[in-house]
Amino acid sequence: MSVARPEEIACRQLVELLTEFLEGALDEPTRTRVEQHLVWCPGCTEYLRQFRATIGASRRLAEDDLPDRVKENLLDAFRHWRHGS
Amino acid sequence: MPAAVSSGGSFEQPDAAQDGPLSLLSPEDRELVEHLRSGDERTFLSLVEKNHRAMVRAAMGFVASEAVAEEVVQEAWVGILQGLAKFEGRCPLRAWMFRILINCAKMRGGREARSVPFSALETEDAEGERRAVESFRPPDDPRWPGHWAKGPERWADERLADAEALVRIKAEIERLPPNQRQVITLRDIEDWDSAEVCEALGISEANQRVLLHRARTKVRQALAGWAAEVTP
Repeated sequence: MSVARPEEIACRQLVELLTEFLEGALDEPTRTRVEQHLVWCPGCTEYLRQFRATIGASRRLAEDDLPDRVKENLLDAFRHWRHGS
Repeated sequence: MPAAVSSGGSFEQPDAAQDGPLSLLSPEDRELVEHLRSGDERTFLSLVEKNHRAMVRAAMGFVASEAVAEEVVQEAWVGILQGLAKFEGRCPLRAWMFRILINCAKMRGGREARSVPFSALETEDAEGERRAVESFRPPDDPRWPGHWAKGPERWADERLADAEALVRIKAEIERLPPNQRQVITLRDIEDWDSAEVCEALGISEANQRVLLHRARTKVRQALAGWAAEVTP
């Protein structure tokens, strides 16, 4: 373990780069520094894992069913529009 | 249908509009629009099933309650149907639908401004405080400036699989400022790609990433204390 070198990314900065990292939007040198940091930093590795888990869990919100009442109302609106136009 | 359209890639050609109405659209979108215009109920219902919930979530940032958001979305659907005859296909269908929705939501939000609960108007100020579970060393730390002082606690994976996780995520998304809420809804819940989200919301890619990142950070934070493994 050595003292952090200035060109290293600090954890505080790394957590702010994760969306860009996951989107492939970082420039090459920054992406490399993020990857290198993740190799040795268990805190940031766990943070990234949690960040991904959060995104994965959010995706499950799309699964609720739409109530029939809503569909019927909208279908009525659609028929009304058809006949009115 | 104009013959030029079938040559492929017509939707990137800047002068494709001259080929005829809807020629800028993807073939899937064009078919959808044509079916809707001809009154096809199945097409309409599948469009509703795919988009209605996302529309409600996106509208909720502007109005006081889910019930009002539902009304706004109903209004938006009527607006979408009314606009359909004049829709020229200059942007993807979904993006166009969401623009109509956001206009409706803003109008309703303006009318109801006084009845919106305080939490819905909260801005970015609290951001720093909300990361309180973890902390970083100060920038002048002699050994590890800006590194974890207290790193994130490990999450118990089974907690994330629990229905309670979804309740927490939903509640946190409802507390986000409207622009962050719209971006995270479309990107992470509805799985839209980033270009389409930018188009629908009229924002740049860079701006979208900032909003998405803030939103994800808050949602992760909302799960953090609860999802951590309990040490026996």
